[in-house]
Amino acid sequence: MNLWGNAREGSEVATTITQPAQPPAGKRAGDRAIVLRNVGHTFADRGGNAVHALADVSLQAQRGELLALVGPSGCGKTTLLELICALQAPQQGTIDSEPAVLMPQRDLLLPWLSAVDNAALALRIAHVPRAAARSRAAALFAQLGLDGFEHAHPAELSGGMRQRVAFARTLLSGKPVLCLDEPFGALDAITRAEMQQWLAGALAREPRTTVLVTHDVEEAILLADRVLVLSPRPGRVIGELVVSAPRPRARTDGNVIALRERALELLSRGASS
Amino acid sequence: MSRAARALLPPLALLAIVIGAWEAYADSGATSSFVLPAPHSVAASLWDNAGFIAGNLGPTAEEIVLGIALALALGFALAVLIHFSGVLRRAVYPLAVGSQAVPVAVIAPLLVFWWGFGVLPKLAVVVLICFFPVLVTTVDGLARIERDQLKLLRTLDASRWQAFRFAELPAALPAAISGARIALAVGVIGAYIAESQTITSGAHAGLGHEINADLTALQTPRAYAAALVLFALAIACFYALTLAERALAPWASRPGGETP
Repeated sequence: MNLWGNAREGSEVATTITQPAQPPAGKRAGDRAIVLRNVGHTFADRGGNAVHALADVSLQAQRGELLALVGPSGCGKTTLLELICALQAPQQGTIDSEPAVLMPQRDLLLPWLSAVDNAALALRIAHVPRAAARSRAAALFAQLGLDGFEHAHPAELSGGMRQRVAFARTLLSGKPVLCLDEPFGALDAITRAEMQQWLAGALAREPRTTVLVTHDVEEAILLADRVLVLSPRPGRVIGELVVSAPRPRARTDGNVIALRERALELLSRGASS
Repeated sequence: MSRAARALLPPLALLAIVIGAWEAYADSGATSSFVLPAPHSVAASLWDNAGFIAGNLGPTAEEIVLGIALALALGFALAVLIHFSGVLRRAVYPLAVGSQAVPVAVIAPLLVFWWGFGVLPKLAVVVLICFFPVLVTTVDGLARIERDQLKLLRTLDASRWQAFRFAELPAALPAAISGARIALAVGVIGAYIAESQTITSGAHAGLGHEINADLTALQTPRAYAAALVLFALAIACFYALTLAERALAPWASRPGGETP
C-alpha cells in the first residue's frame, strides 16, 4: 500500500530516473528518451485477483517525440505510464526512461489552492519560494491561454480550463518526459477538439518527449508523431503507425482518415484474435 | 429581505412558537411550577440572578471552549499518528473506542486526586469525551485523498511529508472541524456531567453544579435559566466553529470545493 515504499523499490530497477544528468552509458543510446524492453506486469486488483496487464511490451521514444498509445479500455495503458513514471517497478523486462511526470485523466487540482498555485505545485515541492513559484507559473499562464484565471479556484474553472492548469502543473515539474493519461477523456466533444488543438500548440512551443495514452484513435493521429496500437489485456504492441502528415492536421485530411481506418482495423483485429 | 434577516428569521420564529406553547402549557396549570416553570418566570430568574449565573458560566465556558480546543488538537494529532502507522492504528483505535465507554463517575475520583477541585479535572473529562469524534472524522478526512492524487504528487517528486502538507493536511482540516461540531454537542453535556461527578470548591462551581444544586433546592426557575445559558453557549460555540472553518478552510464551503 505504501506508494513511497514501492517507488523506492522501483528506483532500484530504473535508477536513472532520479539521475537525469547522467544517463548510463549504453543503456539508452543517443537521443532515446524512453526504452522499454520486454516489459510484463501483473497486479492484484481490489478483489485480490491477479490482473495480467502487460505482456512483453517493447517500445522506444525519441527525445522530443510525441508517441501515442491507443488500445481498448483495460489494456494496461495506465499501468504502462505508471511504470514509465517509476510509480511501480516492472515485474519482467527493463525500463529506462528520463524522468517522467504523470498527468492523469482527472485534473486532480487541489481545491484549496488557486489555479496559479496548483500549477506551481511542483516548484513549491522543489522548495522554490512562493512568490518566485507563482511568477514562473503566471508567466506560463499567458502562453497556455490561461491569463486572467491565475487567482481562480478550481471549482470556478470549466473542465477544459482545469485540464490546462493541470497541464501547466505537469510542464512546471521540469521533467523531460510527459506521460498524459487520457488527458481529455472526461471532456465533452467540442471542448475536447479545442483542447487537442491547444495541446498541439502548447507542445509546439514547449517541446517535450510525450507519451499520450488515449482510446480515441483520431486524437492519437491528430497529435502524435507515431501511434502504437495495443491489444486487449494483457497489452502487447500489435501495430505501429508513423504519422508524417504536416501540422496542424485536420480531421478531414486524407492522410489522417487513412491512418485512422488503418488503426481501427488493427484494433478490431487485436480484439478478435 | 436582507440576508441577515433571512438567516435569523426562521430560528427566531421557531423559538417564538416553542416558547409560546411552553408558556401556554405552564400557565394552564397542568404541571407544578417546581416541575416546569413558565418562560416568564425563567426570564425573571435569569434577570434577578444574572451576576450569579454569569459567575457560574465562567468555569463552564472555560471547560467547554478550552476542552473542545484541546480535544481538537489531541484528536487531530492522534489521527495523524494513526494515518501514518498501521501499528499505532491497531494499538490506539480500539483503546480510543473503549475510552468512550468508561463512565465519568468511575474516573472522577482519580482525576480529582490528581488535579484537585478546580477546573482541571472537568477539563480532562470534556477532552476525553470530545477527542473521539474529532479523531474519527480526521482519520476519514486524511484517508479521503485518493491514491491517484498521491501518485501524481509522487511524480512531482513530493516527499511523503510534502504529500501530507500539500494534500492530506488541508483535506483533513474541514473534517476535523466537523468532528469538533459533533464534539460540541457532547461536550456541553460532558461539562455538565463532569461538574456533577467531581467535587468543587469555590463560590462559582459552574453551571452544571449550579443546576444540580438548584434542582435539589426546588429553585427550578434558576436551574432553567442556567440551562438556557448553556443552550446559548452551545449555539455560540457552533457558530464560532463555522467562522473558524471559513477562516481555516474556505474551500470547504465553496460550491464544488469538495476534496478531490
